Amino acid sequence: MAKVQMTVNGKSVSGEVEGRTLLVEFIRGKLELTGTHIGCDTSQCGACLVHVNGQAVKSCTMFAAEAEGAEVTTIEGITGKDGSLTAVQQAFQDYHGLQCGFCTPGMVMSATALLKDNPKPSEAEIREYLKGNICRCTGYHNIVKAIMAASGQDVGAIAAE
Amino acid sequence: MPKDHGIGASSKRREDVRFLTGTGNYTDDINARGQAYVHFLRSDVAHGRITNIDTAAASEMPGVVRIFTGADFEGIGSIPCGWQVTDRFGEVMHEPPHPVLAQGKVRHVGDPIAAIVADSLAEARDAAEAIELDIEELPAVVNMKDALKDGAPKVHDDLPGNLCYDWGFVEENREAVDKAIKEAAHVTTLELVNNRLVANPMEPRVALGEYNRANDESTLYTTSQNPHVIRLLMGAFVLGIPEHKLRVVAPDVGGGFGTKIFHYAEEAFCTFAARQLARPVKWTSTRSEAFMSDAHGRDHVTKIELALDKDNNFVALRTDTLANMGAYLSTFAPSVPTWLHGTLMAGNYKTPLIYVNVRAVFTNTVPVDAYRGAGRPEATYQLERVVDKAARELGVDPIALRRQNFITEFPYQTPVAVEYDTGDYPATMDKLEEIADIAGFAARRKESEAKGRLRGLGVNCYIEACGIAPSNLVGQLGARAGLYESATVRVNATGSISVMTGSHSHGQGHETAFPQVVAEMLGIPEDQIDIVHGDTARTPMGMGTYGSRSLAVGGSAMVRATEKVINKAKKIASHLMEASEADIELKDGQFTVAGTDKSVAWGDVTLAAYVPHNYPLEDIEPGLEETAFYDPSNFTYPSGAYACEVELDPETGRVTIERFSAADDFGNVINPMIVSGQVHGGIAQGVGQALMEGCVYDENGQLLSASYMDYAMPRADDVPFYSVDHSCVTPCTHNPLGVKGCGEAGAIGSPPAVINAVVDAMQSGGHDVTHIDMPASPSRVWAAMNG
Repeated sequence: MAKVQMTVNGKSVSGEVEGRTLLVEFIRGKLELTGTHIGCDTSQCGACLVHVNGQAVKSCTMFAAEAEGAEVTTIEGITGKDGSLTAVQQAFQDYHGLQCGFCTPGMVMSATALLKDNPKPSEAEIREYLKGNICRCTGYHNIVKAIMAASGQDVGAIAAE
Repeated sequence: MPKDHGIGASSKRREDVRFLTGTGNYTDDINARGQAYVHFLRSDVAHGRITNIDTAAASEMPGVVRIFTGADFEGIGSIPCGWQVTDRFGEVMHEPPHPVLAQGKVRHVGDPIAAIVADSLAEARDAAEAIELDIEELPAVVNMKDALKDGAPKVHDDLPGNLCYDWGFVEENREAVDKAIKEAAHVTTLELVNNRLVANPMEPRVALGEYNRANDESTLYTTSQNPHVIRLLMGAFVLGIPEHKLRVVAPDVGGGFGTKIFHYAEEAFCTFAARQLARPVKWTSTRSEAFMSDAHGRDHVTKIELALDKDNNFVALRTDTLANMGAYLSTFAPSVPTWLHGTLMAGNYKTPLIYVNVRAVFTNTVPVDAYRGAGRPEATYQLERVVDKAARELGVDPIALRRQNFITEFPYQTPVAVEYDTGDYPATMDKLEEIADIAGFAARRKESEAKGRLRGLGVNCYIEACGIAPSNLVGQLGARAGLYESATVRVNATGSISVMTGSHSHGQGHETAFPQVVAEMLGIPEDQIDIVHGDTARTPMGMGTYGSRSLAVGGSAMVRATEKVINKAKKIASHLMEASEADIELKDGQFTVAGTDKSVAWGDVTLAAYVPHNYPLEDIEPGLEETAFYDPSNFTYPSGAYACEVELDPETGRVTIERFSAADDFGNVINPMIVSGQVHGGIAQGVGQALMEGCVYDENGQLLSASYMDYAMPRADDVPFYSVDHSCVTPCTHNPLGVKGCGEAGAIGSPPAVINAVVDAMQSGGHDVTHIDMPASPSRVWAAMNG
C-alpha cells in the first residue's frame, strides 16, 4: 500500500492504494464519486473517461498511483456551483442525447474535451472523436446532434427529434 | 404548433439531470456496510466432468470469508424456466435442471463452478487461483446440426438427445402448405443464419444481496428489467423465500435490451450467501464475464420457401428453423423461436398458408434468450429477405411486389393465430418513399459509381407484436406467468401524485412520458406527478418491461387507475359543490358543474379527500389512491417500412451506411422525442447485427468473442444520421391510449434493409450474389464478390 495525493474536482484528496488499484477504482471506491462508470475491462467503452491535467483519459488505463499530484476532473466536477448544467450537459438533455445514462458521464467528459480543442467540430470530426465511447441506446444520432448544438451550430436541418 | 405538455409533447426528460451530473444510482453505486465481494470461478472448457474440486488451500487465503461449490446448493432449487413449449406431437419440451453452481458437469464456457466470497474483490480473485480443480474435458457440441446427429455428445446426460422440442405451427396447415408449394408457379428458397448476438447493455450486471436477521428479511439489489418477476422466480422456485420476506430493488439500470429480464444464478447466489453469512454479498460482472454469462440472443439457422402464383401473389410460406437454446433453458428462451416468431411469419402480407417448423437445440454454449425484438427480428429477416430474393428472381420491383401482397383490410386474421387490429402498410411505404427519397436513388448511385463505389438500396417492411397477452391465452401457450401490468395512482393531500408502476425504466424515459399521460387526463402540470418504479416494496406486483409493453400494458394500467381516481374525485367534487355527480366535469385541473359557473380546483378535492371535514363519509371512504391491473385482450401490432442505402468499396469489401430511413406506425405517440430516440437506438443495433456483430465459438466451444476487442460494437462513426418518421398513425383499437409500442421496431426492421442493400450493391456491380449472411463484414463481402 502506498499513499497517493491528488486534486479531484478542485479538492485535495488522498488515500492508501495498492499498486494495482486503477484510477477509476480509486475514484469510485475511495472517493465515492460513482458518476464515473466501468463498462468494460479492455479500455474500449469510455464510460470511465475523466480529465487528468486537462486531458481526456480513460481512468481504467491508469493506476491511481500514477495520478499522484494530478488535477483530476470527473463528471461531478463540471457542473456550476449553483447546479447549473454546462452547455454540453444542457444540449444532451435538450436533444435527448442519453437514454439509460450509463455511458453518459464518459460521453459528456469526452465531448467537453473535444470542444475545448475544437470549438466547432464537424459531424465527421465528432463521430471520429467519439470512437472511444460506446453507447448502446441512442444510435449516436442525438449525441452527435447535441454536441453540434453545444458548439453553437445550427442543427435544425438534422432529421427528426 | 407542437404541444408543449401532456400527450404528444416532446417533454424533456427529467431523469436526465441526475445522469448528466453523475448522480444516478446504479446497482454498482450501492454499497452495503460490511459487504463482502464474490468472484465466480467459471468453466474455461465448454463441456466437462468435474472430477475434483478442493477449496481447502484457497479457503486459507487472506480475506477469504467462504468458498461455495455445487455441493452447497444440493437441495436448493434449479434456476426455473418460465415457458413450457408443447411440441408437434403433443409432448412437452425437455427441461433439464439449471443449478446455481455446477453440479458434477460444466456445460459451457463461463458456467459457474465455485463462488469465492472475500473481504475484497482482489482477495476473492486471488483465492480463485488457489482452488484445485480437475475437469475431465468431454467432446462439445457447438453446431446445431451436429448436435442433432445420432451419437452426438449429449449436453445433458439424462435427456434422450440434444433436441429440446420440435414445434410445428400451425400443424394442421402442414399438408396444405406442402401441396401449395409443390403446385406453385414459382418458389423462392433461401437458407440463412440469424447470427448470435450479445445484447451488451453498457452497464454490466450487478447483484447485491443483504440479509436482516432481526426480521428475517432478504433484499436483493439487481440490474433487472422486472424486479417482481425476479422476486417470484427466485423466491418461490430457487431459494424458498416467501414474498413478504424478500425485497428486490432494480434502481437505475443502464440498459437492458432483454438480457436483464431473466433470473440469473448470480442473483440467487448473492441472496443465498448473504443469508448464510449474515453479511451483504456483492457481485459486479466484468465485461468479459458478461459475454460468457449474460443470455445471448438470436442464433437461428433457417430454410424458408415462398411460393407465388403466376401473378406474383404469395400463396404459401414454409420455414424450417434450428434455434439454439445454449446449455440451459434461460427464463423465456423456449418462447422466443416459437410464439414470438412463428406468429409473426405472415408479416405485412396476405399469404393464406403458412407452416413454421422449429427445432430447439441444446449446445455447449451460453444460454440464448430474448434480445431486443426476440423472435420478431428473426421472422422479419427471413421473410423480408425471401421476398426481396423473389422479386429479383421474378424481375419485379421489390417495393411493388410488397405492395401487391400487402394486407389492406383490418382486422385481419392471419393463418398463424394472431389477429392484427389496425395498420396501413401502403401509407408507411408511401411515407418511406418520401423520406428516403427513393426516386433520387439512381442519381446517388451514379455519384457513388463515379467514385469507384457500388451503391445499394434495400427496402423492407416489418410487423411487430408488442405487449404479449392476454394472460389466459399465453397460459395455454405455455407461459408460466401472467402478462398483465399494474399501477397505483397515489394522490397526495395537496394534489401531487406518485404513480407506482410495475413497468421498469432503464433508458425508455418512463419518468417523463408516464406523467405526460396522467397530466393530460387530470389537466394538471406534469411536474406534480412522479413515477415510482423498480422496487417490490414500493410498487404493486407487476411484470416489468420487455417486448415493448410498458406503455401499451403498463400505461394502460395507469390510465385505468387514473380513471378510478377521477371517478372518486368527481364524487367528492359533487359533494363539495352540492351538485349531481353526473354533472361534474374535469378540465384543466378544475371540477365544474356543467352549465354553471361553480367550480372547485383539483387541490381542493384532494385536500378534502385527506382532511374529510366536509366529506360524504357515509358514501365513500376518505383518501384518493387507486390501483388497477390491466390485462390486454390482444397484442399490439406496430408496423413500418425501412430503407437503407449502402456504399460498398469493391476493393476491400467494406460497406458503409450512407442513408437510413424509417417510417413507423406506432399508433398514438406520447413523447415524439423519446420515440425517435428508441428508433435510432434500435436501428444502430440492427445495423450492428447486419454488418459488425457476431458472437463466435470455435469448434471446441471456446468463446472467441468475449470482449470489446473481439466483439464489434457499433461506434459513432459506423452510422449516419437517421431519418425517422412516425406520422402514420393507426391507433390500437383495444387499449385506452391507442398506443402500440416502439422499443424494438428499429432492431426488427433494420437488418433486412441493410442486407437487401448489400445484395443490391453487389448485384449492381455485376456479381451474381443472391444472399450474404450477417454480419456482412468486409472479408465476407469481398469473398462473396471474388469467391
